[in-house]
Amino acid sequence: MSLFAFLGALELGFVYALVALGVFLSFRVLQFPDLTVDGSFPLGAAVAASLIVAGLDPWTSTLAACAAGAAAGLLTAWMTLRLRILNLLASILTMIALYSINLRIMGKPNVALLGESTVLSPLAALGLPGYVLTPIAFGVLVLVLKWLLDRFLGSELGLAMRATGENPRMARANGIATARTTLVGMALSNALVALAGALFAQSQGSADVTMGVGTIVVGLAAVIGGEALLHPRTVALATAACILGSLVYRVLVALALNADFLGLQAQDLNLITAVLVGAALVLPRLGRGRAAA
Amino acid sequence: MKPSLTARSLLAALLLAAGGSAGAADKSVAITQIVEHPSLEAIRQGVLDELAAQGLKPGQGLKLDYQNAQGNPATAAQIARKFAGDRPDAIVAITTPSAQAVAAATRDIPVVFVTVTDPIAARLVKSLERPGGNVTGTSDATPIAEQLALVRELTPQVRRLGVIYNPGEVNAVAQLERARAEGARFGLTVVESAAPKSSDVLGAARALVGKADAIYVPVDNTVVSALEAVVKVGLEAKLPVYSGDTDSVARGTLASLGYDYYASGRQSGRMLLRVLNGEAPGSMPVERIEKLELHLNLKTARVIGVELPAAVRGRAAKLID
Repeated sequence: MSLFAFLGALELGFVYALVALGVFLSFRVLQFPDLTVDGSFPLGAAVAASLIVAGLDPWTSTLAACAAGAAAGLLTAWMTLRLRILNLLASILTMIALYSINLRIMGKPNVALLGESTVLSPLAALGLPGYVLTPIAFGVLVLVLKWLLDRFLGSELGLAMRATGENPRMARANGIATARTTLVGMALSNALVALAGALFAQSQGSADVTMGVGTIVVGLAAVIGGEALLHPRTVALATAACILGSLVYRVLVALALNADFLGLQAQDLNLITAVLVGAALVLPRLGRGRAAA
Repeated sequence: MKPSLTARSLLAALLLAAGGSAGAADKSVAITQIVEHPSLEAIRQGVLDELAAQGLKPGQGLKLDYQNAQGNPATAAQIARKFAGDRPDAIVAITTPSAQAVAAATRDIPVVFVTVTDPIAARLVKSLERPGGNVTGTSDATPIAEQLALVRELTPQVRRLGVIYNPGEVNAVAQLERARAEGARFGLTVVESAAPKSSDVLGAARALVGKADAIYVPVDNTVVSALEAVVKVGLEAKLPVYSGDTDSVARGTLASLGYDYYASGRQSGRMLLRVLNGEAPGSMPVERIEKLELHLNLKTARVIGVELPAAVRGRAAKLID
């Protein structure tokens, strides 16, 4: 694997770490199975790309993308809480609706950003090549957001949110407004995912309406994979596990792309990825078993 | 103990991969493709056959690396990074999203794109005549006017033309808009029917019965992958079904005047050879795919009661019976 491919894997790993953090908030903290992310990832890309092409500065465009993602999360939470639609189904409804909404936002299925000024443009002034600086910039951003998220989950509202997920009835009995914590958590979760979409579009040069396919699968793989690797007992470790899981997943995909020496071909890619991820999950446990015996 | 073991197994896999990808050959070509699809496979075969015709075969003067993103845009981005790091002599990018991912990953490795409908809107080139940069290729803007003329010629009674398309596919939307714009010239009103997923195609086709006199299936990966559903509705309701791609005629559409995708692969292969011989992509104009072919399905024509004049049959490159 070349340095270029490795750094590319890290860059994508950091982008999808934001998805993993969002999925961690919904699935793990709130225990809310949320498929909205398959729609909010391209939503973030669509909003950011459309605004940038319309001439708005990339920073405001990216913030607007986060806001749009938060709105999508709120919609899912609202349908669950107020309309009493099963949470999983509510998130599927939002996800389906977002496909059409994303098309409306972009006005066409693909908005190209190649050559536009993006949040990554200022990096060019630093002298180092983009393939080195982009993963560093994304890495710093992810770590800052992780730190903020850790702080938030330790705050009064954050603790209330964790209580809501652990035992909603007990939380209500202790005076926690569980509806409010769910709304905030879902908004935050999907804002993170939309941010990932906005950054992905800007680093890849286009927003495409189909780019959300499988976002939830990758996010969950990162969350669960990271947990298997780190066995987190604290919030700070749990969020670190999300980031690690996402990075490992991308490095494994990069490895799978280099698997041709085994006589494997392009069509085997997804299978190789699945086997590698499975092996990464099981191997550490096998080692422990031997050590114990 | 535990993390170090994981790290060691990862490292071992890394070293294995690095060792395996080494090898020496005269020319190296990397091909990236977004998804498996019969037309796209035909294109890739065309490119490879053109190289082979010039004596460049995998293992004999050619080091080939073909990767397919299996429909996943993040994987397409990683493939682009891998290629940018491997530094082949040229990269062939089949379809718009793969081409955009490669163009974002490298500004110096020559890139030849194939089947990009609108390279300027996709920001791949600055102009069709002088692309500038490191990217050129072949464009496959579907010949809508020629196809509408074919509809009028074979089935003159048609006034309302139903179009089934995926609103999420950039090429399909472009074709629909062109059909609507050009339709007036041929006395055709376009009735649209959207199918965002393959499983929606049957419903979208049924929705056109009674609202349209004929159905047109543009070059749309989603709809073409569920083409049999459209063909079935067409046969049941005795509606002529036209397709933008010729491969679909063998699957039961009445007729198509479209590109020969294999030939377009050969044409792109010739551009690739020029790039491999040192020509700068930036000064090679984007080529339109030239070769149009008429395919007719006689069996379908009989079932729905459409007369195909002998003159039209004579023009056909392929008759399905």
